Amino acid sequence: MEQKTKIYAEEGKQELVITREFDLPLELLFKAYIVPEIVEQWMGTKVLKLESKKHGSYQFETTDPQGNKYRFNGVIHEFTPNQKITRTFEFENMPFGVQLEFLEFEQLTHHTSKLKMHVIYESIAQKDQVLKIGMTNGINMAHNRLQDVVNKLK
Amino acid sequence: MELRRDIFQAIADPTRRAILSLVALQSMTPGAIAENFNTSRQTISKHIQILTECQLLTQEQTGREIFYHFNPTKMKEVADWLEPFRQMWDERFNKLETIMKKYKSKK
Repeated sequence: MEQKTKIYAEEGKQELVITREFDLPLELLFKAYIVPEIVEQWMGTKVLKLESKKHGSYQFETTDPQGNKYRFNGVIHEFTPNQKITRTFEFENMPFGVQLEFLEFEQLTHHTSKLKMHVIYESIAQKDQVLKIGMTNGINMAHNRLQDVVNKLK
Repeated sequence: MELRRDIFQAIADPTRRAILSLVALQSMTPGAIAENFNTSRQTISKHIQILTECQLLTQEQTGREIFYHFNPTKMKEVADWLEPFRQMWDERFNKLETIMKKYKSKK
């Protein structure tokens, strides 16, 4: 089966690209990135601040199943509705540094759209570290999801 | 056609994944591989070239024929490293899609 979310990460390069096609009109896809209550739902984070404009900033907070809180934040450098967001991303109190993200939104048809997320890291080592974190988070998130489902069954 | 030697682009293409699945079952000559597809022999040989450059396929000369073998070690390298990260984003995006579909119908 064709995978909807694709990831391209060349070895020896400090960047990666994630693409995804959505069964959603472009405007709705973009909305999911700017309305705090919606971001909270799909990212599984609390939105402490989200200023979707040039020179705006954001701060999110996630809580793992053990109750530990992690915050991350960034600054928005470019904001073009329904087209592009350029922003930084950084984990707070972690030695991973800052990454630069280019989010490009594209209309495919009236009912479908595409997101391209181009991420540039400070170094290859930083990229590798973030990928490792991603693995652990991925596992945690899967557990959370399972927990949600189980709770609903009760 | 994309000629970048990028293993992730190599496996992102459905035809190339189909070639990998075929060769994984048994080593094959380029001609035998091409017989399984409706596209031209040149197109298939380009795909094979990309897969070879990424070391997903290895060549072996047997007499006048070249046989291609599947290299599972290389494939595993890719899967192990990135798949959990991809899955994390895939789950997030699936969720986004579900939420926005509901959002649309609420309006």
